Amino acid sequence: MTKVLMEGSHAIAEAAIQAGCRFYAGYPITPSTEILEYMSHRLPQVGGVCMNAESELEAINMVWGAAGCGVRAMIASTGQGISLMQESFAELANAEIPCVIVNMMRGQGDYFQATRGGGHGDYRHLVLAPHTVQEAVDLVMLAFHVADRWRNPALVLGDFVLGHTSEAVEFRPRDESDLPPKTWAATGKGSRASLNVTPLGSPEKLDLKPGDHYQAIAAKLPRIAAAETRAETGLLDDAEVAVVAFGSPARFVKYAVHACRAQGMKVGWVRPISLWPFPAEAVAAAAGRVRALAVFEQNAGQMIDDVRLAVLGKVPVVPIGGISHDPSGFGVGPALAPANIIAKIAEVYRGKAAA
Amino acid sequence: MSTPELKKVSAKPDLLLSTHHSLCPGCGEPLALRVILELLAELGVAERTICVCGIGCYTAFPGIIDVDVLQALHGRAPSVATGAKRVLPDRFVFTLQGDGDMVSEGLQEIIHSAARGEKFTAVLLNNGVFGETGGHMTSTSVLGQRTKTTMDTGRVAEKHGYPIKIADLIAQVDGSTYVARGAMHTPAAIAWTKRILGEAFRVQLEGEGFSFVEVLTMCPTDWYVEPSETPDWIERNFTGTYPLKILKHP
Repeated sequence: MTKVLMEGSHAIAEAAIQAGCRFYAGYPITPSTEILEYMSHRLPQVGGVCMNAESELEAINMVWGAAGCGVRAMIASTGQGISLMQESFAELANAEIPCVIVNMMRGQGDYFQATRGGGHGDYRHLVLAPHTVQEAVDLVMLAFHVADRWRNPALVLGDFVLGHTSEAVEFRPRDESDLPPKTWAATGKGSRASLNVTPLGSPEKLDLKPGDHYQAIAAKLPRIAAAETRAETGLLDDAEVAVVAFGSPARFVKYAVHACRAQGMKVGWVRPISLWPFPAEAVAAAAGRVRALAVFEQNAGQMIDDVRLAVLGKVPVVPIGGISHDPSGFGVGPALAPANIIAKIAEVYRGKAAA
Repeated sequence: MSTPELKKVSAKPDLLLSTHHSLCPGCGEPLALRVILELLAELGVAERTICVCGIGCYTAFPGIIDVDVLQALHGRAPSVATGAKRVLPDRFVFTLQGDGDMVSEGLQEIIHSAARGEKFTAVLLNNGVFGETGGHMTSTSVLGQRTKTTMDTGRVAEKHGYPIKIADLIAQVDGSTYVARGAMHTPAAIAWTKRILGEAFRVQLEGEGFSFVEVLTMCPTDWYVEPSETPDWIERNFTGTYPLKILKHP
């Protein structure tokens, strides 16, 4: 495999194409716009369609139409735009239409939005949070796979650091194993076996039972959780404190942990890769080894709720992150600086930080 | 003089799976649906048709028509149809929406789809009320029309604004190719509507661009009139604001 130097946003777009994505719709919004730009010239080269939609609502519903016909389709935006699409995410999950959503966050303030969703009803979508450009490539390809496997939208949660970082990446072959055929797709089956792809289900004709359909969707979620939970851990064997972090900031945290080790502090990390399903077992296992968990996230404290649920009070869970934007709201703020993270970890290590 | 023999043409169109449905007695939508299904059969396109249904009374349709259906959210059918037609350009794609769905909630989507010249056919069944929610004012309720939210005075321009003549708007958009308005209230109107729907479908089949048909339909439940009086109601209340005509053709 040849490695190529690519900006994160472009690598995400190219990964989607390598995964077989042939429809993209987007509405420009910083910092996701580069994905739309890349798709606008690259998708037609492979026989795909890129729509510069007139709104976020139109974009996600164009994706609905393409994906409902069985074509791999993707959309990208940032938190504000993703907010506008939530109704469709909820109904796509209920209609069991697979697609990939990319949220290039401004910071990490969209954790709740991504993992709880702003849509209505009982639904979940997979959330994958890469911390490097290579992992973004791999997780975008995985997102298409698991979306098709479970007939459910999958969300890749990146951020502006990831999107604007250039790294050498390689594109691995597309995995097509264990995927069911898309017999449900609306492609014009006529009287042979006409289909309905609706949020009320794809029922037998004249036998619409939404209650049964919602039950079946709910029953699918634990099966997804059992199969698709992912996390990475490091330096936990003798650790006294573990730091929990996801996405780009986790890369800063890893650096800080190594720096703490160099100063003699026994520190490790847990990095949730899937945010839903949340890797509660990995976090709980880490908690069983240490005297405190420190949670670094670039927001006012959102994932920490899931960490605390995983730990169930067995050890202190200490927030060491915070809203870390520069005054413009678009750039990196001081909380993300490695020196700050190292100092915060050291406070927890010395037992001085409050849980 | 002998009495002409009455001939029963057919009990139902072949593409209608059942005559059981959840629409109200006297509703105009089943008539419009019948005309559409007859045309799909006559044009021989049922096998490659994708219908994108809106929300409202239209949630009754996916289970009873024998073509593939994508159910879209309120207002969004034109966007969903855009995605479908763009990835499967050889399929016959049409949308079916009500006035609350298309003109109130989804005005942006239908205008932009027309402007982009999307090569599907959009069908509006206009009865001037939110039918499924129980008869509230929509963007096409005509002046003077009594609805659940304009009960005392009927629609008054100073208070409720003016109805949007969506077909006229669509006809003004450069990307639209064929725009016409029909109705379901008399045999002649139904025959006319079948003709313009057929024209709209042919525009799509020949790849000529975006085609749009508005069909005035009856809603006796939410108009608070007897079903037998609905044809007269359309004539008196709707056709002045919404005259039956071809507004644009290739």
